[in-house]
Amino acid sequence: MIPSIPQSPFLLAAYRVYVGLFFVYLAAPLVVVSVFAFNDSLFPSPPWNGFTWDWFFGEAAPRVGLFHDGPLLKAIGVSVLVAVFVTLLSVAVGTSNAFLFERESFPLKNFAYVLMLTPLVVPGIILGISILVMTNGLANRVYDAFGIEIEALRPGLILVVLGQFSFIATIATLVISARLRKFDIGLEEAALNLGASRWTAVRTITLPYLAPAMIGAGIVAFLMSFENFNTTLMLVGSDAPLTIALFTRLREGSTPVLNAISLMLMIASAVLALIAIALQRDRGT
Amino acid sequence: MARRLGFYLLLAPLVVWLGALLIIPHIDLFVTSLQVKIRPRVYELGFANYAEFFTEPLYWNTFARTALMSVAATLLTLLIGFPVSYYIAKLARGRARAVLFVLCLLPFWVSELVRTFGWMILLRETGVVSSALQWLGLASGPIEFLYNDAAIMVGLVYTSMLFMAVPLVTTLDSLDDSYIEAGYDLGGNGFAVMREIVIPHAMPGIVSGCIVVFMLSLGNYLTPILLGGKDSLWFTEQIYSQFITRFNWEQGSAFGFLLLILSSLIVWAGLKLTGQTLGATVGQGQASR
Repeated sequence: MIPSIPQSPFLLAAYRVYVGLFFVYLAAPLVVVSVFAFNDSLFPSPPWNGFTWDWFFGEAAPRVGLFHDGPLLKAIGVSVLVAVFVTLLSVAVGTSNAFLFERESFPLKNFAYVLMLTPLVVPGIILGISILVMTNGLANRVYDAFGIEIEALRPGLILVVLGQFSFIATIATLVISARLRKFDIGLEEAALNLGASRWTAVRTITLPYLAPAMIGAGIVAFLMSFENFNTTLMLVGSDAPLTIALFTRLREGSTPVLNAISLMLMIASAVLALIAIALQRDRGT
Repeated sequence: MARRLGFYLLLAPLVVWLGALLIIPHIDLFVTSLQVKIRPRVYELGFANYAEFFTEPLYWNTFARTALMSVAATLLTLLIGFPVSYYIAKLARGRARAVLFVLCLLPFWVSELVRTFGWMILLRETGVVSSALQWLGLASGPIEFLYNDAAIMVGLVYTSMLFMAVPLVTTLDSLDDSYIEAGYDLGGNGFAVMREIVIPHAMPGIVSGCIVVFMLSLGNYLTPILLGGKDSLWFTEQIYSQFITRFNWEQGSAFGFLLLILSSLIVWAGLKLTGQTLGATVGQGQASR
């Protein structure tokens, strides 16, 4: 079925209806989450009791709005902190890996490449427990040998950053490598011929060329970190990032403040995603 | 000489990353799974944690159930996603096509938690679907749609759709329309063209999508817990409860390792069956998202 081959109009109409229904299915949960953020009720469920901003700006219990909900705001702060570190680490390591795999040849390169991809096919929860088991064992051994307790190796934000970085670095590597592959190495050689040192050539020619991919990879890394749940769940300590805090609230029973925060998250990720897509399109040209 | 140094500087981050966060942790996980508790703080090596898995029906039933439900979720995602991907790649034109594709991707930039929360609002007893049915007079009282296998399936398929749609659209897009025309010219009907030309061409995308979707379903925790309730019997839940609730890390590590083996076997088999490499499949699929 392609446009240049005549088709029965009935079949084509049925096909369009199916695709339409599919997009209704995609949109439905996001639409209801957004709509019930404005419902004047204590529960995010029908009936519709009228419009309110309480779940964003409400100040007193039982209607504490998002912007006055201390624990939720703190959780957002924790998530941003984690995401910033994961982003910086992933983009830095991803850029280094891109140069390694695109420019160098070394024994076992193919093996290293496949190994580099494996974090994407290991379930997130297993990445989490394996790092948990390793760091905890290390902390115990250090404690037994020297009597020193290393807090950094116990569940907490440092482990969350490491756990998320362990697979987000792969994605950053792939995104940045894809652009480096398209780079015309002649430009760098020209700079070398004109007397630039190798580092100067890379810094003034290659890195600016890679910048859109690095920013794109950074946005993807930030979003993936912010939204990560499985790996974080196993490594989290007493400071809960937003996804963990929301999960706990959801299980306790929800108020529309969860809808309000979900709506804010959707808007923020949509904006970031559109920037990432725009950058990707730019990369194609 | 400087070039050599540069190479080692580029190699170091990779080695530290993969060594410290992938290889050593998984070796540790395996070693821990072989530790059998004799008395508090006294362990010996053995397979008792694995034996426990095979002798306790609850554990391997949950394991098999998780695997089968994940297979079902993967097939459903493919069946539902393929026509839509085909529409985007082959029937939609120009602006509509770009918009549809972005519409297809956007929901997945939203946290899985938010999406699952949306399904809870839709499906629960006091939710939107139940209320709508009562309002339409199709139901006499509230109906609970949550906390059953169908709800888990709806959530899993929803969550996985992106990872199916992106590789499918990409591979279908690379199929030249003239091949399809040739198929019709040679007398094939729609079904034959689909089976002989379109599906074989899309196979790399199908495999890539299925592998990722299966793996994500198998390792999912949120969707089964929130949509399936306390009795969702998902294997990741067993791992979580061994680690966090019972503090039996040795048993939990064994469970984790079993899940990892199953997941890796399926990925390996999928690649072998279609003669593809991990680099081509996962690398391309993930980079394009």
